[in-house]
Order: sequence, then structure tokens, then C-alpha cells
Amino acid sequence: MKASVIVFPGSNCDRDAAVALEAAMGSTPKMVWHGDSELPDSDLILLPGGFSYGDYLRSGAMAAHSPIMREVVRRANFGTPVLGICNGFQVLTEAGLLPGILMRNSTLRFICKDVRLRVERNNTPFAAQYEEGQVVRLPIAHKDGCYFADAATLYLLESENRIAFRYCEDDGAVTGAANPNGSSGNIAGIYNETGKVLGMMPHPERLVDPALSGTDGAKMFSSFVEALH
Amino acid sequence: MKARITITLKPGVLDPQGKAIEGALHALGFGGVEGVRQGKFIEVEVAEDDPERARAEIERMCEQLLANTIIENYAYELEAA
Repeated sequence: MKASVIVFPGSNCDRDAAVALEAAMGSTPKMVWHGDSELPDSDLILLPGGFSYGDYLRSGAMAAHSPIMREVVRRANFGTPVLGICNGFQVLTEAGLLPGILMRNSTLRFICKDVRLRVERNNTPFAAQYEEGQVVRLPIAHKDGCYFADAATLYLLESENRIAFRYCEDDGAVTGAANPNGSSGNIAGIYNETGKVLGMMPHPERLVDPALSGTDGAKMFSSFVEALH
Repeated sequence: MKARITITLKPGVLDPQGKAIEGALHALGFGGVEGVRQGKFIEVEVAEDDPERARAEIERMCEQLLANTIIENYAYELEAA
């Protein structure tokens, strides 16, 4: 399996993502600079977390118009799986590959902590090794993670089963108290129409090794390695 | 020409920063403050003398980058630079 990690100026989870990918794939992913316009042959494209372009204007807005993003959008439209984590999710929404937008957290604070997520769907390349309804623990680290979309878009996401993860309690209950950032419907991650583009605020690449206190993120990487190899 | 662009959150979109500013104004004794919405102001100079063409260009800039029309409205005034 071949993977590419897009590196924007201000990305800071690109190396963690590469380590997680390499552990799962057994081969080294290609790191691709945002200013490049050519993308290597890739079975998976990963947009990492960070603060691309210093979050100027809106988080992800400038990165979404990087030269490489034209190629990422083209490949995504041809069916190449794309995973956007945190800032990568923001870039995917600004690039129009996913609907809605990530706004300032309702608390106005940067939040860095582990959260519980309910896996809403597992019939995708990213989630096959999770159970539907399973509660997993992953870290979040963001200030602009409040998912917002208009009522029609939220209805579409619900009815097309495109919500990937929701913030929840330990027992899986989706409550206001479990919503760290004010996201509509406790949404922590969404898919595109085909289930091949996933944007999520939590960081699976940060929990892929027992030495990091957990491995709930590793299953996402092994899921798509299994699906795409 | 120069465009003075104002970007505002659409009505109904939650604005926690505006709410925080409102709270701070109340704390300063401005009890009459009934609402605060925060937005952005951007000045753009374009090498274009024809107002029609300048407008078309500014609107494309707003649609493509400067505003996210899911949550934001934009308005602008043009003046000779």
C-alpha cells in the first residue's frame, strides 16, 4: 500500500501520522509539500493536523487552495480515499470535499484532552475494524472544532448515514455534557457520499501504541491497510 | 481601485466571540448592550479602473476565499485607490 501525507506550512502532526502509517503499512509514506502540484501514486492521502498558514483568515482556508490540493480534490473525486485529521478536516471542508465548516469552540478555549467517541458506522475503509456503536477513546487538540452545517446538510448527513463519530459519554450516550466544543449533533467526524473521504477532529494517529496509553487509533490505520493493500 | 470588504456571520450562526465581547461590555457597565456580533474587515486594492470589472473580481475573491458563504455574508464598497 502506498500513502501520501500532505505537509502544509504549519502542519505539526505530519510526522506522527507518518509513524502511524508506517507501523500499519510496513512501508514509508511519501511526504508531499503543499507547493507541489504532482502527487505520487497513492492508495491513501492523509491531510494531517496542525495550524496550516497559521490558521489565517479561517482554519484550513488558505491550505485548501494550495497547489497540491487541486490534485488531492481530483484524486478524491476519482475515488482515492482521503483522511483529514483535525486541521486536515478543516482543509477538507474549505476545499469543498466535505460539507459544513469547523468554527471556534463554543467554550472559546483550546481543548486538549481525551474524549469518548461513538463509532456510528463501520462499513468504510477507515472503520471496518471497529464495531458499530463501539465507544473509543481518542485525543482532541483544537480551538476550531465546532462542527456547523445548515439544517438541510445535517439532515442529509444523518439520512445518508455519513456521520463517522460522535462525542459521547463512557457508555456511548450522546449528551450535551459529552460535547466538548459545541458541534452540531455532537459530530466529531463525517464521510463524503462514498464513505471514502473522512474528516475528523480527534487524532487517531496519537493513540496507536501501548506506550502512548492506548491503541484505539491503531484500528483505523489497520482498517484501511486491510481494505486498501 | 480599493475595495473595503466587510464579512459578517449570517444571522442565526452562533458567535461565541461576540457573546464574550457582549459579556465584557456588560462587565464594564455598558448595560444597554443588547447584542454583539464579530466579523472581519479586509481592504483589497486591485489594478482595475473599471468599477464593473472590479466588482466582478472582488465578488469572485469573496466567494472563493475571503468569505465562507456557509456561515458568512460579505458586503463591500469600492473607491478609487
